[in-house]
Amino acid sequence: MFCCHGCKTVYEIFSTNDLSYYYDLQSAAGSTPTAIEGKYDFLDTAAIVEKLVEFDDDRMQIVNLYIPHVHCSSCIWILENLNKLDPFINGSQVDFPKKTVRITYNSTKITLRELVLLLARIGYEPYISLDDIDTKKKPVDRSLIYKIGVAGFAFGNVMFLSFPEYFDLASSDTSGGEFWLNRYQTLFRWLMFTFSLPVVFYSGRDYFISAFKGLRSQLLNTDVPIALGIFTLFVRSTVDIAFDYGSGFFDSLTGLIFFLLLGKFFQQKTYSFLSFERDYKSYFPIAVTRMTLEGKEESIQVNDIKRGDRLLIRNEELIPVDGILITGNAHIDYSFVTGESEAVRKKSGDKLFAGGKQMNGVIDMEALKSVSQSYLTQLWGNSVFQEDKSTKFRTLTDSIGKRFTVSVLSIATIATVFWLFYEPSKALNVFTAVLIIACPCAIALASPFTLGNMLRIFGRKKFYLKNTQTIEQLAQIDTAIFDKTGTITTSQKSTATYEGMPLTAAEESLLKNTLRASNHPLSRTLYDMLAEHNIVTLDEYEEYLGQGLEGCKGQEHIKIGSADFVGDHVPNDTLGTFVHINSNDIYKGKYIFHNQYREGISEVFTDMSKTISLAVLSGDNAGEKFRLGKLLPKHVPLYFNQKPENKLEFIKSLQNRHKKVLMVGDGLNDAGALAQSDVGIAISENINVFSPACDAILDASKFKRLYSYIQASRKAMRIIKWSFALSLLYNVVGLYFAVTGQLQPVIAAILMPLSSISIVAFTTLMTTILGRELE
Amino acid sequence: MSVIYVLLTISILVAVFFFIAFIVSVRSGQYDDSYTPSVRMLFEDELVTKETPTEIPTEKNPTK
Repeated sequence: MFCCHGCKTVYEIFSTNDLSYYYDLQSAAGSTPTAIEGKYDFLDTAAIVEKLVEFDDDRMQIVNLYIPHVHCSSCIWILENLNKLDPFINGSQVDFPKKTVRITYNSTKITLRELVLLLARIGYEPYISLDDIDTKKKPVDRSLIYKIGVAGFAFGNVMFLSFPEYFDLASSDTSGGEFWLNRYQTLFRWLMFTFSLPVVFYSGRDYFISAFKGLRSQLLNTDVPIALGIFTLFVRSTVDIAFDYGSGFFDSLTGLIFFLLLGKFFQQKTYSFLSFERDYKSYFPIAVTRMTLEGKEESIQVNDIKRGDRLLIRNEELIPVDGILITGNAHIDYSFVTGESEAVRKKSGDKLFAGGKQMNGVIDMEALKSVSQSYLTQLWGNSVFQEDKSTKFRTLTDSIGKRFTVSVLSIATIATVFWLFYEPSKALNVFTAVLIIACPCAIALASPFTLGNMLRIFGRKKFYLKNTQTIEQLAQIDTAIFDKTGTITTSQKSTATYEGMPLTAAEESLLKNTLRASNHPLSRTLYDMLAEHNIVTLDEYEEYLGQGLEGCKGQEHIKIGSADFVGDHVPNDTLGTFVHINSNDIYKGKYIFHNQYREGISEVFTDMSKTISLAVLSGDNAGEKFRLGKLLPKHVPLYFNQKPENKLEFIKSLQNRHKKVLMVGDGLNDAGALAQSDVGIAISENINVFSPACDAILDASKFKRLYSYIQASRKAMRIIKWSFALSLLYNVVGLYFAVTGQLQPVIAAILMPLSSISIVAFTTLMTTILGRELE
Repeated sequence: MSVIYVLLTISILVAVFFFIAFIVSVRSGQYDDSYTPSVRMLFEDELVTKETPTEIPTEKNPTK
């Protein structure tokens, strides 16, 4: 029940102490990083609070906060006991799958800011972004559940009312059948009719609408024969009971719609804790600090930033608009925007672009543009983001549906024409029977159940797909484009190991202090890795660009850098990155920086290149070209210095050559390419961290399985084709009864559910086997 | 009036009653989150036994 031992301990401590232990923790709350303190000042601004809360009267407010950290049972327990931590919180309710907590609190006693700070202190910092105030919450769409409910309810009752007909088939009042059943036959039939009305006109409505839309755009989708089947079933059954020809097919009718809707429901697996629709707004803060003319600080909404505003950007905060740096030590991480992993230094007067993250202290900047006109956010003005990918794609079921409809209609016509000459009284009967039995229920179910099941299997393997259509598209991929930074490299810092003579404590201290002054990425990595040492002021320090560092303290003297610089003739190994150490003119050893590419990328690329053409597009400079070239198969083209728009255009040009393109990326800089591609997969080190809008999210630990997932999608499509063949078999049997004019309601009532259930069983079995193979 | 009308009416009324109950439960959002209540239920025991008189000392209000 607990995700880890730690959580269990926490729970035990809390529950034995009746949460009182928490108050001890609270007294230490002063140790909260100061970065958090100022971060939520904007929550004191009434206009922002008003947009965030769900309900507000003078005394009480209800707010629904997204807390990415929620991950196990004890999280639920702690968050639902917030009222014990603060008496002015009336109650809180966690929605675990969505990772949200809805808190009701007394707004006269505790403000939203205080509430958020309280959550942050106990380790559940809510994530509040621009997205929260810009989009109005969509009401939950539960109509499918209602429709299933109606269909299921009617199906059960109609079955129940049909029982007399099943057991008492050949008899009638005159031939001495069961008195009760025959006497009230008409009543039973009209009751069935009544039950089927809401099923046809409410539950089955979508099929009519979809068929109508398809026909209007001259497209024969699978919904056309389904709608035709439903319509024929209903009309024929009504005519049958009205003129007392028979009992009608109301049981098959309601059952058919019920099963079809169940298929739809099954297909609709959603990962409520993931979002596939994110744009820059999910990354951007709601508010920033503006400096007024009088030099005071105030929080303003990001959307209200105007040209010329003076903004204060704190450590770890995102720059929301393009602007000019006024004062401060700017050290901006643009990995978000460009994919370039190295943070850049900016001087006063330099231009800053939106999307960069300040890494080092407070800076002061002047806005040059508003949010929507900034360099990064303009990307979202591209028409790609307005289009809905799903409308462009024709599914396998739809393309089969067309052929199916044509053949069903021709069979029906031929059979009717035959009977018109042979025995005209039966012609209409046969015509309707063909349409009824040929209703492609099983075909319509094959795809949702196969793909729905695959979606769940992939989900268990940490490959989260937006919808089932993505599997179909993935199966057709013939070109794959990879981003470099963060996608095929890990975002974790590279590590280094030491090789050589051990360093003394004094030497290590001097090493660390020398590194402290340097801003070279390797120095930063090494500096972060080394143990803490007292800060000493160096007597001498010199940085030789592109070579190394030299530091001096008292008698001690150290040189750090390339082999030539350090002055030792060590064999020059080009495969890897080294930092050599020389202390007091004696060569000590070297730090080896390990490969930071993802595990198994060579294998993934080699395997994939067999059936898919590959390319790497990187926003980075060409520095890594040589190393990457060694890792990947020879013919994989590498492109460097690609801006976000370049990536998008590159994919567009491939698509114009009728390629089905898969884009694998990670950051906002890939957002355009991900949206343009046929399938966009976002790689994520931690799925709780946001990924840009995409079709699928792949957990980084499963990167090496990517190709096997693509192959599994292809196999899933094969399973669907087999199911089509199987259901066609049923249709042939059914058509035999229909064409020969001997379709009894009971045969329809047996054949239709039988075909549906066996198809569902077949696809479920096959996909489960496929899932096992994926291990 | 035959008894069958009475029986049919009763059976349909019962069915309709459950149907309405289903609709009401969906509408109230009971099916929106199918995981959290299963966990919450397990913690509820503790809450009942620990329901000592509201003991929160105001001076320890963590937000102040």
